[in-house]
Amino acid sequence: MAAEAPGIALPDAEEALEALAARMRAGVAHGAAFVGIYSGGAWIAERLATLVPGDHAVGYIDVSFYRDDYASKGLKAGARRSDLPFDVAGATIVLIDDVLYTGRSTRAAINELFDYGRPAAIELAVLVDRGGRELPIEPGYVGARVACARDLSIVLSRGEDGRLSLGVERAGEP
Amino acid sequence: MRIEIRNGRVVDPASGTDRTASVFVADGKIAAVGAAPAGFRADRTIEASGLVVAPGLVDLNARLREPGLEHKATLDSELKAAVAGGVTRLACPPDTDPPLDEPGLVEMLKQRARLANRAHVHPVGALTVGLAGTTLTEMGELADAGCVAYSQGDVPIADTQVLLRAMQYAATFGHRVWLRPQDAYLARGGVAHEGEIATRLGLPAVPSCAETVAIGTILALARETGVRVHLQRLSTAEGVAMVREAKRARMPVTCEVAAHHLHLCDVDIGWFDSQARLDPPLRGTRDRAALRAGLADGTIDVVSSDHAPVDDDAKQVPFGEAEAGATGLELLLSLTLKWAAEDGVSLVDALARVTSAPAAVLGVEAGSLGPGAAADLCVFDPSAWWLVGQRSLASQGRNTPFLGHELPGRVRWTLVGGQVVHEA
Amino acid sequence: MMGKRNPQLDADGKLVHLLTLEGLPAETIVSILDTAAPFASIGEREVKKVPLMRGKAVFNLFFESSTRTRTTFEIAAKRLSADVINLNIGASSTSKGESLLDTIDNLVAMNADMFVVRHGQSGAAHLIASHLQATGKPHVHVVNAGDGRHGHPTQGLLDLYTIRHYKRDFRALSVAIVGDVLHSRVARSLIHGLTTLGTPDVRVIGPKTLLPARVEGMGVSVHHDMREGIAGCDVVVMLRLQNERMKGALLPSSGEFFKHYGLTADKLARAKPDAIVMHPGPMNRGVEIDSPVADGERSVILPQVTFGIAVRMAVMSMIAGA
Repeated sequence: MAAEAPGIALPDAEEALEALAARMRAGVAHGAAFVGIYSGGAWIAERLATLVPGDHAVGYIDVSFYRDDYASKGLKAGARRSDLPFDVAGATIVLIDDVLYTGRSTRAAINELFDYGRPAAIELAVLVDRGGRELPIEPGYVGARVACARDLSIVLSRGEDGRLSLGVERAGEP
Repeated sequence: MRIEIRNGRVVDPASGTDRTASVFVADGKIAAVGAAPAGFRADRTIEASGLVVAPGLVDLNARLREPGLEHKATLDSELKAAVAGGVTRLACPPDTDPPLDEPGLVEMLKQRARLANRAHVHPVGALTVGLAGTTLTEMGELADAGCVAYSQGDVPIADTQVLLRAMQYAATFGHRVWLRPQDAYLARGGVAHEGEIATRLGLPAVPSCAETVAIGTILALARETGVRVHLQRLSTAEGVAMVREAKRARMPVTCEVAAHHLHLCDVDIGWFDSQARLDPPLRGTRDRAALRAGLADGTIDVVSSDHAPVDDDAKQVPFGEAEAGATGLELLLSLTLKWAAEDGVSLVDALARVTSAPAAVLGVEAGSLGPGAAADLCVFDPSAWWLVGQRSLASQGRNTPFLGHELPGRVRWTLVGGQVVHEA
Repeated sequence: MMGKRNPQLDADGKLVHLLTLEGLPAETIVSILDTAAPFASIGEREVKKVPLMRGKAVFNLFFESSTRTRTTFEIAAKRLSADVINLNIGASSTSKGESLLDTIDNLVAMNADMFVVRHGQSGAAHLIASHLQATGKPHVHVVNAGDGRHGHPTQGLLDLYTIRHYKRDFRALSVAIVGDVLHSRVARSLIHGLTTLGTPDVRVIGPKTLLPARVEGMGVSVHHDMREGIAGCDVVVMLRLQNERMKGALLPSSGEFFKHYGLTADKLARAKPDAIVMHPGPMNRGVEIDSPVADGERSVILPQVTFGIAVRMAVMSMIAGA
């Protein structure tokens, strides 16, 4: 479990999730598919599918094969199979991630989605937005906003009871 | 030129000598060992205390690559290598291009060697014309030109009737026949010893029976014909046992082992190291142990260098395409000393395998330090180790599986006919 | 010069070339198989491509012709978005007398990032990898696509992937490898992979003329009677018998080979009821395998081909990023 870092006020993950769901209820289309980015985004997508009314197919995406740091860091072991159990072409998709930072994972995920077909629309929902964007990407739905030093990573965990919690790690730690 | 080699450890296997003494050289001969002859005034003194003074080494198997293969080596480069390794006399096999199958070639080689003025060279004549295994050479003419024996190099005679006739003919005139026992068919296409390593690496294999079948044939035909046969470069435990049995039956057979086979085995191929591509192939550890034991008990008479300079282009290819062979003249002494030290063999017994014993196989007066003998000798430091590197070799062939190894025994002076021909 | 060290692992133990499965740690093999799994789904998508190796130049260097293997490597590289250059060297440089390493130096000068090498000589891929290291080009990677009789590691990996897909746990399996083991790089690679992953029972089955000396040393048991050798096994791997070896001093005829070692329904009945049948391809129907078995429900020969692409994508992307 990640340790609480001094000087950072992390929100409670369950409260942030509830806030995110409330905002999505007001805006998300009835038939939008929810696609979570492994691994944190996948947990959130599953929860949101029960919290946001409508008929939401749930899919999962692993962006390992689309990352832009492959040339410097290589392929990370433990890539998972992307699983989109609906026709991407023409779908309205809400891409879901746990922590939005530089925007690079989102870029990779959007690229990957397009390799499955041409969606009608893609929206972005994140549990936590920590700022620091390096690409012109803005989420449509945010659970909480946090300020965080560059050398720290915000990490989402899921307990055995399924409850989500947020912690902080030094960047570069596993 | 009169030379005094002072206070060295004089090791002369021919007489069983091993004592500290001075050696006096005059008129190209050993004038005395021990006390100076009356009136001896040295022109030059070599301080040899702490060093071994031994007869120059005699090598039965050194390819000089002339004529025809000068891109691999030249007489000049290889005779420099010989004396740098303490070798003062060597026999070269007939597998040149063209092969040594006519007197003119042999005379030219002898003449070129004389001009080089370093080690003595004894050409081994081809047993059959072009080494093709069909027509006998003019052994009488070749003998007059200077051939000491007849061989097929590494090309076996497949037709056993021709082999029988060649032995009969050689026996008629008392010529010696040297053969490397390898069956022409069983070894076909093989590049590594048939065993676990070749199986693992997927290398086409040479079974041990490629050697034993040939030894069986050669011994049977030698018994039939009475020819004096010398078996070259044994590689298998079974082969050693067969020779031991033949010697027990008092057959006039001698044999040799290549120095690298005393130390390496198929495991040394590692991941396809083409330096370990040798003929016969490096065998198993059991074979290596049997070769060492056979050398110690006298079954194997001689250690040869199996000197075969190979250029880089012929080695920097996949293992199976690499040319077999390694440079060896400069390693012969060191590899023999290493074997002796590891197996507890005395220096006098070890040096016999590279001096007096090969001289006997050659049938020449050499390999001894007795008064009146030719002053062909080497002075070496037995406790100095040297690193085998491409730059430390005089031979034009810089390829050997021992690159990067440290070996004992550094030659300091080599004398041929009373002249210093190498000094380091 | 070729060293004593296997050049496929760098000083930190990272996989920089794939030359052989021998000596690869079990975790590395498992990690390749795990990475191959998500690549397998890419072939089912609208766009069968991921951008991992965009801009990388992969040279398919085939000194022996093999349309099948070359094509699967080409598909794998293209699905990774690499640029693929196919060279059938058998018909070009070496026939003009250029040496293998001169060819490599020239292609490196053209900024090659990876070589996929098929060569008739055992150890050719090792030679190239050692040469790249010795000439200061450690960033150029080598994948062995078959060297002589020695190894075909991506085939071995795809065989392992297939076995794991159908049978899960290697530590409870009996695997029979049947036919020309002597000349088979496929068999050698698979044997190394199986033993590394802890397969307790690996058998080789064939006549003495087609089994290499002391093959037991690789951790397998030897059988000459196929019915006995195949009994109770979970996986049957049939090897290809090359045309030129069907009649001669190794075998009297392909018909007699089929009689003793061809896989028929009758012989397969001796294996476990759920045993799978594999073959590296291309198959000789009626020589090493009977058509009803090759096309039967226990045959996984076509899935092997599909998995082969994913496994090759995993290998290429793992070493190119190393």
